[in-house]
Amino acid sequence: MKLSDSRDIAAAPEVVWSAILDPEVLHQCIPGCQSMTGTVEDGFEAVVKQKVGPVSATFTGHVSFSDVVPGQSLSITGEGKGGVAGFAKGGAAVTFEPIPEGTRLTYDVDASVGGKIAQLGSRIVDSFTKKMADEFFARFQDAVEPATEEELAAAAAAEAAAAAEAEALGEEVVADSGDHKKGWFRRMIGG
Amino acid sequence: MPKDGGIGASVKRREDVRFLTGKGRYTDDINIRGQLYAFFLRSDVAHGKLKAVHTAAAAAMPGVVQVFTAADFAAVGGIPCGWQVTDRFGKVMQEPKHPVLADGKVRHVGDPIAMVVAETLDQARDAAEAIDVEIDELPPVLNMKDALKDGAPKVHDELTSNLCYDWGFVEENREAVAKAFEGAAHHITLELRNNRLIANPMEPRVAVGDYEDHSGMHTLYTTSQNPHVIRLLMGAFVLGIPESKLRVVAPDVGGGFGSKIYHYAEEAAVTFAAKMLKRPVKWTCSRSEAFISDAQGRDHLTKMELALDKDHNFLAIRTETHANMGAYLSTFAPSIPTWLHGTLMAGNYKTPLIYVNVKAVFTNTVPVDAYRGAGRPEATYQLERIIDLAARQLGVDPIELRRKNFITPDQFPYQTPVAVVYDTGNYQATMDKLLELSDHAGFAKRLEESKKRGKLRGFGIAHYIEACGIAPSNLVGQLGARAGLYESATVRVNATGSITVFTGSHSHGQGHETSFAQVISEMIGIDSAQVEIVHGDTSNTPMGMGTYGSRSLAVGGSAMVKATNKIINKAKKIAAHLLEASEADIELKDGKFTVAGTDKSKTWVDITLAAYVPHNYPLESLEPGLEETAFYDPSNFTYPAGAYGCEVEVDPETGKVTILAFTAADDFGNVVNPMIVEGQVHGGLAQGIGQALLENCVFDENGQLLSGSFMDYAMPRADDLPFYKVDHSCVTPCTHNPLGVKGCGEAGAIGSPPAVVNAVIDALQRGGHTHVTHIDMPVSPARVWAAINNR
Repeated sequence: MKLSDSRDIAAAPEVVWSAILDPEVLHQCIPGCQSMTGTVEDGFEAVVKQKVGPVSATFTGHVSFSDVVPGQSLSITGEGKGGVAGFAKGGAAVTFEPIPEGTRLTYDVDASVGGKIAQLGSRIVDSFTKKMADEFFARFQDAVEPATEEELAAAAAAEAAAAAEAEALGEEVVADSGDHKKGWFRRMIGG
Repeated sequence: MPKDGGIGASVKRREDVRFLTGKGRYTDDINIRGQLYAFFLRSDVAHGKLKAVHTAAAAAMPGVVQVFTAADFAAVGGIPCGWQVTDRFGKVMQEPKHPVLADGKVRHVGDPIAMVVAETLDQARDAAEAIDVEIDELPPVLNMKDALKDGAPKVHDELTSNLCYDWGFVEENREAVAKAFEGAAHHITLELRNNRLIANPMEPRVAVGDYEDHSGMHTLYTTSQNPHVIRLLMGAFVLGIPESKLRVVAPDVGGGFGSKIYHYAEEAAVTFAAKMLKRPVKWTCSRSEAFISDAQGRDHLTKMELALDKDHNFLAIRTETHANMGAYLSTFAPSIPTWLHGTLMAGNYKTPLIYVNVKAVFTNTVPVDAYRGAGRPEATYQLERIIDLAARQLGVDPIELRRKNFITPDQFPYQTPVAVVYDTGNYQATMDKLLELSDHAGFAKRLEESKKRGKLRGFGIAHYIEACGIAPSNLVGQLGARAGLYESATVRVNATGSITVFTGSHSHGQGHETSFAQVISEMIGIDSAQVEIVHGDTSNTPMGMGTYGSRSLAVGGSAMVKATNKIINKAKKIAAHLLEASEADIELKDGKFTVAGTDKSKTWVDITLAAYVPHNYPLESLEPGLEETAFYDPSNFTYPAGAYGCEVEVDPETGKVTILAFTAADDFGNVVNPMIVEGQVHGGLAQGIGQALLENCVFDENGQLLSGSFMDYAMPRADDLPFYKVDHSCVTPCTHNPLGVKGCGEAGAIGSPPAVVNAVIDALQRGGHTHVTHIDMPVSPARVWAAINNR
């Protein structure tokens, strides 16, 4: 299966670059990701729980990076094993191009699936992959793009309401409950 | 004669009462106290080096009793192949090892790597998740022609190539055929594919192994069409168990269509594990698993050539076929594209010269073996498609071209140029019957009616012949069979006159319990309800070869007739004694023994009682009891034949094909139960139409099965099929078996695919799409639409 697309992200290339190579960002952005650890040099170890058509599986996989040109381009290869559900593997060539609005991220993905996923889910693998990519980028954009005034206000209101509710229930109020708000990565790196 | 229950009566199938009320006893219904459950971890890649299988974590999981890998089977044999084909250079085929569990390499998606045995199925399945398999993937070989190229990756490293054999038939005719083509007025060529099919019986495979420690007795309950064959293959070649210590039981079996003929690894694995663990072990195949582990069917790629003289007489046929064997040789795989295919290439026609070349190829796909028709549908499809193409190219009527070249009734017995001798037949008669029943004369009017609605109407015809009632043992022995193909029966007459027949044939939907009883009823003249048919258990039936190749009534039924004749002869001796008459004067009619020309008689029960209570009995010259066994080895194949007609409508906007009518005029020889025969034809037609319009087994470029469920593998449904017109009134009885029967189980699946495709091409041609001369099966809307629009 091949998938080629590009996304315009309202953040500078260096922000997008460092975010996409940050295991914590990937953990937050990959749908169903249970854990993501490692470094760019050694590659990442990931656990992702997903449902492809009728097949549910927890994939454990390894992702490695090559042809790394900082801020510009890199290649990603990875393989996830889902036990008797089968496997998914593939690679992507990604480029980062500065544009007036921020960064144009272009990717060419070549992936294949095997075992039960291929047997039962082949007809929906394409649409599944597209949905995964859409979800990933929606979350990724949330993480790296600056929030608008309205969004910040709405987020603050929601936080206040949640805190009030928690207080009313006698729970300890935690500042960051793990629900990252828009632009969290940008704020984290001081952007 | 009791026509209500004898030969020729449409007796309702007695077995249907239990099948339709949920009372059948299938293998999965068998649960033995203390039974464990097996789950097979299968390869999810098509080709790879199996570096390591780490089972320690799985073995430590709750409920797991043992995890088996190839190493556990090091001391036992591999899965054997039952047929050795010799190639056209006189060399025997390349025969790879077929380990019970993958050893060193995995060769197709679905190849079993490990078997987990646990207290529950869920525990076994969970533990399989914990097995860590290290595979170095290798490039898979999928395309048959690529597989034969120099430097292609090899499925089996120990073989010199992926070529199983290069078979020529009749090799001596090769030159003469080439000459005939050189001098021929017309030379027609057609390249086609016979699409790969998945059998999909309603009941998936199941195997339960049991072992009795104190006696050393093994029992295997399995979904098999031939329990004795499984006992022989597994006992002698895989596990080394003598027949006396191995019982194989195939109880009610929910369809097979060929896929349950073969000895499968799972059967050996559970039998082996039951002994080692001293507990019964059960494996039930899931539907998903069946798609990648049941032997599949067809998958031939053929170049077909027909030479005709200026008067349109067939001069010669030449074919070159690539036949896919898959990754391993399934039990009868080598025989299907050769002896069950090349020998049928004459069809119903008097073509004097035929040369068939078949290259059997190993690929990284699920093994391929017999599927309803097995080789004969492939032969019929080629022949009936090219005759249609020839008629079109020569501008003659396809029906007349067939009639011109038919073998005529006065030519029987007819020696074909491809070894077999047809004993009897009348092909003009079945063609006449077909045209009458299908109202061929009214087609032109119906065509106009379709045109008015913007639809393309077409009529397609196919005539077929098959070699059934397999097979003469001495002949198949010369052809490479590693078994005899006789059949057996024991007829046990009980003291009060009822009869129990133990047959080596196996019913998995054919209705033997009803039709076999009708034969006995007819012969003795007692009610068929008095006759019980027992099959499927090696511990009580005589050694028989099982059911496939439309052989049960022709071969198994003949064995039963032979044993019953022995019974009747002995009963006459007893009657002669009781009636104080000469044996030669005793007549049996309607269950009564009468002294000819007198009113002195004894009933059937008088005789059977005397046999078991021999107070007044010629003990000095006759043994008491009334039980006889017979083995019957046929002297020839039987040759059912028929004419099939298909009328379709094609929607030129969508390419959708609708079958409006389907007519089958068959000559099955004598018919014992017309209702059962009609049902068999209906089922065969559904499968043949399924192949022609819907079914297709597809692997992707990595060898992953894409059509791996009923979402993607399109089985025919009721609304895909028309109401059939089925006729079997054209009868030329088989000349060499006592019943004069020929067999009807596969005919529908053999004759229908070319009839459907011929009809579709006819519709497109009549509709002005004259550039479309062939579309490969399945003739799906997408393919038809593309054919119409790709000028």
